[in-house]
Parts: sequence; C-alpha cells; structure tokens
Amino acid sequence: MTILLFAALVALGSFGAGLLGSLTGLGGGIVVVPMLTILFHVHLKYAIGASLVSVIATSSGAAAAYVREGYTNVRIGIFLEVATTTGALGGAALAGFLPASALAILFGVVLLYTAYRSFKPRIESVTSLPPHPWANALRLNGAYPTSAGMEPYSVQGVPGGFALMFVAGVLSALLGIGSGVVKVLAMDQTMRLPFKVSTTTSNFMIGVTAAASAGVYLHRGYIQPEVALPVMLGVLGGALLGARILTIARTDWLRRLFTGVVVVLAIEMLYKGLTGAM
Amino acid sequence: MTDTHGTSDHEIEQLIGRLLQIGVLVAAAVVIGGGIALLAAYGHHPADFRVFTDAASPLRSLGGIAGGAARLDSRAIVQLGLVLLIATPVARVALTLVAFLIQRDRLYVAVTTLVLALLLYGLIWGKA
Repeated sequence: MTILLFAALVALGSFGAGLLGSLTGLGGGIVVVPMLTILFHVHLKYAIGASLVSVIATSSGAAAAYVREGYTNVRIGIFLEVATTTGALGGAALAGFLPASALAILFGVVLLYTAYRSFKPRIESVTSLPPHPWANALRLNGAYPTSAGMEPYSVQGVPGGFALMFVAGVLSALLGIGSGVVKVLAMDQTMRLPFKVSTTTSNFMIGVTAAASAGVYLHRGYIQPEVALPVMLGVLGGALLGARILTIARTDWLRRLFTGVVVVLAIEMLYKGLTGAM
Repeated sequence: MTDTHGTSDHEIEQLIGRLLQIGVLVAAAVVIGGGIALLAAYGHHPADFRVFTDAASPLRSLGGIAGGAARLDSRAIVQLGLVLLIATPVARVALTLVAFLIQRDRLYVAVTTLVLALLLYGLIWGKA
C-alpha cells in the first residue's frame, strides 16, 4: 500500500468514525485506535498519538458551539481538570512501561463497557439534597438555562467525582481516547449534575485532558504526520457533518450499528491482547 | 463564571468559543496545506507504520518542528498544524485564567494556574 492510498482509506474510515461518534454521542475516538491497529496494522503508539489529536479537534470544534449556550460550568470543568490532567500525565508516564498486550486488553474492556453503557438509559439524578460541603467551598453549584428560566442545581459527591476524573485522565492517555463515558458517569451519577451541564462540561474537559498527554507523546515520537494527518481531518470532517445532520438522522438505528462495531472491535482487541498478537 | 452570568462572563465565554473555533480552523488549514505537499512528495512511498521507531527526529521537539516548517518541509508543516491543534485547549485554559484574574477570583486563579502549568509542562518539556 502506498502512503497516498493509506491516507485515503484511513481518512475514509476516520470520517465514518467521526460521523457515527458524533451522531450517537459516544465519540469517534474510541474506534480510531482499534481501526488503525487491526485494519491498517499501525503500531499502537502511532495509533494512540493520532487518536488523541483527533479527540482534541472534535472536542474543541464542538465546544465552540456549546460554550455559547451557557450550560458549561467553567468552575467545575477547571477544578476537575486538575484531576484529569494529573491523571493524563500519570497515564503517559505509565504508558512507557506497559506492554502493548496489556493496553490491548484494557482497551477491549473499556470498549465493552462503552457498549454496555450505550444500551443503558442515561438516568438524570439531579437532587434537592444540600450540596457536598466541598461544592460550597469551591463554589461549584450553579444554574443553567431552561424553558422556565434559570434553574439552580447543587453538586454532590465532589471527592468521588474528582477520583473518577483522575481515572478518566489515565485512560485517556493510555488509550488515546476522550474518556467521555467515564467523565459523564462521574458528573451524572456521582456529582448529580443535570445532563446538559455534564455533557457540555465533559466536552469542555476532553480537549484539555487529551492535550496534556498529546504534548508528552509529541516528544516521544508517537505523533507521526502520515498517520495523524488523515485521522485528524477525517474525524473532524465526520464530526462536523454529524453535528449538522443530527436533527434529521435516525439515531436509534445508528446507535445499535455503532455499538455493534464497538463490540466487534472489543473482541478483536481482547483476542489480540490475550494471544500476544499485539 | 456560570453562576453569575454577568455581562463580562458572557463576553469572555463568547471569546473562548471564538478562540476554539479559530484554533481548530487554523490548525486544520495548516495540516491540509502541509498534507497536500506531503502526499505530493511522499505519496508513492510504501506505507508501513508497523514498527515504532524510537530514533531521534526533529519532528519530536517544538524547535525542530518550527525550523522544519520554516524550511517548508511538508512533514514539519503537518506536524506544526498538529502542534497548533494541541495548543488550542492550552490557550483556552490561559484565557480562562485571564477571566478569573479579571474577576479577582483568587481560588480559581490558583486552580487554573495549576492546570495551565501541568499542560505546559507536558507540551514544552515533554515529561510525564
């Protein structure tokens, strides 16, 4: 295969990943690494570098639209970024010691968990309980615009959310993903934020988290221009188109399709990891 | 910032949104420009990325990338676009720091400075 054909095929696959990831809300980053390593035989390190770059592109592209709507809680975002960036730098340090087979197994497990979450309905668990004391001290409680005016919300489980965000940061660096599933879990279920606030704040954080480890990986040579070029442009193009057609697309059917793809890739990654083929 | 929703908060959020958009667009334009040149120059070479090469390369440091891009080396130009993209969220955090400085919010000036320091540490020194 020539570099030209490789770039064309990878761009096409990345476009599909970005499109489906954006339409289903699961993010495209999670399928980029398995696609590159399984279909295109790209080394795991180059795949992780390229994937992280595409995660930054889609997160920043989407955040530009979100930030104007006023749902993002910047204080929560920046406070939890202490955990995600520390986790990302820790994960990047750890990545140098872990064998590729261990990373492949971890990837398979995270893919399976993502598929499982995508079938579970997301339950909004906003509560009228008094906020966690740390939430008061850190002034995390906020209000967001609804049709009935500004709706205040209180923040629960701050230490638990912070710990989960550290894990999200480690996973982001180790696997080259946005870890949106873990971030949303931390904010929905542990901190009990309204959906609109957790979704947009999670997106706010994904790019910053990915930038922490991408910076380190650039110096380690994980970011190979020939690989990152088609991945970044493909995923970004797919995500931008997805955001445009989101209102007319039938997402239930797409969600099942995308979840099916995720499960197949999970099995492949587990198999490769367990047999030592990676 | 979100809990007060004063005019300056709103303005700074608009500014942050605009910055992210411009950052992604500029990075994508540089990657596309360099990418066309890269494919024209190396497109017919065989694609083999199975083996990770740990050898030193100018594309692994900010100075090397800037130098290569100045010499119009297509691979360095693509890499420069990727660095601009990585720098976009970092610039966002820097702008958030400015917003908290304007608000004289000492606690969040400290928190944001810590996040910015962690990001710059990774991006400039490449240590983890």
